[in-house]
Amino acid sequence: MAADRVRDIWGTRTAYASGESWPERVDTHLVNGVAEADVERWVQSACLLCSNGCGVDVAVAGNQMVGMRGRAVDRINKGRLGPKGLFGWQGQLRDRLTRPLVRRNGELVEASWDEAMGLVVDRSRALLEQKGPLSHGFYTSGQLMLEEYYTLAVIGKAGIGTPHMDGNTRLCTATAAASLKESFGTDGQPGSYADLDTCDAMFHYGHNVAETQTVMWARMLDRLEGADPPQHVTVDPRRTKVAERSAVHLAVRPGTNQAVMNGLVRELIQHDWIDHEFVDAHTVGFEELARVVDEYTPERVSEVCRVEARDVRAAAEIFGTSQRVVSTVLQGFYQSHQATAASVAVNNMHLLRGMLGRPGAGILQMNGQPTAQNNRETGVDGDLSGFRNWQNEEHVRELAELWDVDPIVIPHWSPPTHAMQLFRYAEQGSVGFLWIAGTNPAVSLPELSRIRRILGSDKVFVVVNDGYLSETALLADVVLPSALWAEKTGTFTNVDRTVHLSEQAVEPPGESRSDLDIWVDYARRMGFTDRSGRPIPRWDSPEAAFDGWRECSRGRPCDYSGMSYEKLRGGSGIQWPCTDEAPDGTERIYTDHVFNTFDDYCETYGHDLLTGAAVTATGHAATRFDGRARLKAAPWTSPPENPGDDYPLTLSTGRTAYQFHTRTKTGRAPELNEAAPDAWVEISTDDAEALGIAEGDLVRVESVRGSIEVAARVSRIRAGTVFVPFHYGDGDGGGRRRAANELTITAWDPVSKQPAFKNGAVRLTRLAGGDGPAPAPDTTASARVTTAEG
Amino acid sequence: MHLATYIGLLEQGERTLGSSFRQVAHGHAEEADVFHTCLNLAAQCDAHVEALAPAIERYGEHKDAEPERLHAEGLSETRSGGIGLLRDLHDLYLLASYLDMAWTLVGQAAKGARDTEMIQIVDSCDHETTGQLAWLKTRLKAAAPQALLVAD
Ligand code: SF4
Repeated sequence: MAADRVRDIWGTRTAYASGESWPERVDTHLVNGVAEADVERWVQSACLLCSNGCGVDVAVAGNQMVGMRGRAVDRINKGRLGPKGLFGWQGQLRDRLTRPLVRRNGELVEASWDEAMGLVVDRSRALLEQKGPLSHGFYTSGQLMLEEYYTLAVIGKAGIGTPHMDGNTRLCTATAAASLKESFGTDGQPGSYADLDTCDAMFHYGHNVAETQTVMWARMLDRLEGADPPQHVTVDPRRTKVAERSAVHLAVRPGTNQAVMNGLVRELIQHDWIDHEFVDAHTVGFEELARVVDEYTPERVSEVCRVEARDVRAAAEIFGTSQRVVSTVLQGFYQSHQATAASVAVNNMHLLRGMLGRPGAGILQMNGQPTAQNNRETGVDGDLSGFRNWQNEEHVRELAELWDVDPIVIPHWSPPTHAMQLFRYAEQGSVGFLWIAGTNPAVSLPELSRIRRILGSDKVFVVVNDGYLSETALLADVVLPSALWAEKTGTFTNVDRTVHLSEQAVEPPGESRSDLDIWVDYARRMGFTDRSGRPIPRWDSPEAAFDGWRECSRGRPCDYSGMSYEKLRGGSGIQWPCTDEAPDGTERIYTDHVFNTFDDYCETYGHDLLTGAAVTATGHAATRFDGRARLKAAPWTSPPENPGDDYPLTLSTGRTAYQFHTRTKTGRAPELNEAAPDAWVEISTDDAEALGIAEGDLVRVESVRGSIEVAARVSRIRAGTVFVPFHYGDGDGGGRRRAANELTITAWDPVSKQPAFKNGAVRLTRLAGGDGPAPAPDTTASARVTTAEG
Repeated sequence: MHLATYIGLLEQGERTLGSSFRQVAHGHAEEADVFHTCLNLAAQCDAHVEALAPAIERYGEHKDAEPERLHAEGLSETRSGGIGLLRDLHDLYLLASYLDMAWTLVGQAAKGARDTEMIQIVDSCDHETTGQLAWLKTRLKAAAPQALLVAD
């Protein structure tokens, strides 16, 4: 039966009580005219449209994808799929690139692979000769396969030797990684989805889970409908579905997360809701933390964040008196100016109460994109492969041995370059060769007019791998058509360390090739070799790349050594670490409360949360963390841009349940496009009234950096803040500017370097009346006031 | 007593460093992190000047001729490009280390004088100055290879 996940996003309830296992509910969608009996085979995979990673089987008939079905055996979704999972894949059937394109006399024209790769290699070689490896930059994605990332990591770090590699994971998940590294010594998710089944409270920090991971929210709704439901607390400036179901909703002013967190931590300390034994045995830094948060009384928090002091007290009490709390954190925290500090504060809350490493008590520092986790693990995102520490010579030596190159080839003199800096180098012309794969920075990066200028300039040769002629591809010098999900085999890992195998179900269109094939071809043409004269990389197939990765990960927190394609076939996804000792994977890490802060094991020695200054090896050794978690503190600071007379409103940007990233796929899926066809701006009733704006009116939203024209949605967002979804590019907007990132500021968190999209001052002007309501969904946080109330 | 001389030097030095941070912030506004961080650090310098007020009240602040050559020059203009950024941050580093040592010396005197209030002031300000140095060093190290090897 086809599930209607458009109107009914979360589906029918299958309530369950605390401690029970989440019941199965299988969602299926087959395209019109196809019956179950027509399906020739079901091919195992996992959904690639958010970080949840729901297990799916892809229905194939006549060598075409014809439908999708959730995998009942999978631990993540137990058969369920959300709107994107059921319908989004259809976007892959339209408007695909089928041949390489090269720029000739200013125009992109079709070319053969040989010709296109020849151009890429010529330019790459010439620049390497003239300017060396620092002239090369790679900007990848959160949507490629683990095998592709690892292959590129080896080419970039061992073949070329450039530190300039990052992914758009910088925009979505960099802070998750950074906050885990600061608190626990290495990346690695402490919690597990199973914790959702037994917790007695859930805290959501800037995480609109109802829309960003709809199936995860279905699990939470099922708990809410069952016996012993947990209490929810939400920190979010919008009245999301999650906020509606929460006992306490702290609708903080954007840019004040750190103040509210300091207030919550202070309340725990004031009421002595502290597990002193745990804190003494397993943490360092309590006194400093207590000192820093001391001034954040509920009244002070109320003043800074514009929330009620009693709500701060109530939220803290729930945290302080519950036995098993799960916290989830996402972009509301990650895309703000003190991103790492505020996310670390969430870790602090759990450490103060000893609430991690046991069932029901967990931290889920979420990821945005489906394969962001693998970008982090393999080290194409500004880390060293396998959560290794670039400041640790021994870690570098391990990689050098594995890759059989001189350690000096592997860039490790400073942290690998982050995306915003990479684009800055391209702007200045010192990076002259920029390879972008599977992402669309001309829509997703802040301050788009600047990004378009950089990509369009002759200072930098831009190569783009993509399945579509995206806004970014249009500015490239060479465009290489990529095979997408289900058109190639590989693995990827979700938020709670669950690894899924995604098998090739169909042939890619035309001459498209997987990113892995493209990069191996590049490496072979460049002739990269190791010390023994073997080619870099040593493999040319996904499974061999996976085996290479297993070796690289061995002994590190993200240990895949006990996994294989064979093992991943058939059943549920498997959680890393998976080793000879733990052949079925590991539900929870840190169960012994020994953390990864040993000098010789940690991924980073840590940073100053205010400036990002790196702690030195000697500084770290002197503190003797030795397995104890780091409690780190920072005062709240004012955001980089504040509303004022000219631009009186604060801008926040984000997602809707029906679209993914820049809509290259979901915008081409009819059901999803219809559900959320165009951009909008959400505004509160108070602000709408003051500006004479009514539902559906066409308005101009302006910041100092640019402007867009979109329809107004009068919603239950907090007064003084407006919200624009970031999915909609200008390319298919009919000539009208509508991309949220025309408005956003170039600024980033000092530690995670994640851009502060949720900050920026704007003004709104009514341009004309609309013909009906704004094109914003009424089923979600963007609901019209009238619908939501009535 | 020469403590007043050093307090005067600190006060003047923090003012100079604060305005130099602002100078670099605006001169390199295209480096978004440099812009925002330098403005934050300039605000720290302002706070240090304020924090010194009780000390000045107690010990005075001498500005005699002798220690003049100890005054660090501030940055009056910024250079441009990657190498310019490197040079300007390097200048800030010199200024900040000069102040770091001045705080240490005043702190030693405060201990000798058993002035607990002064010891506290010095501790918290010097802690931030050390943080400023750490950031400058981190940023300089990251910028150096690109600026020295590849930039035009
Ligand atoms: S929750 Fe995420 S992974 Fe699951 S079906 Fe929806 S988009 Fe796909």
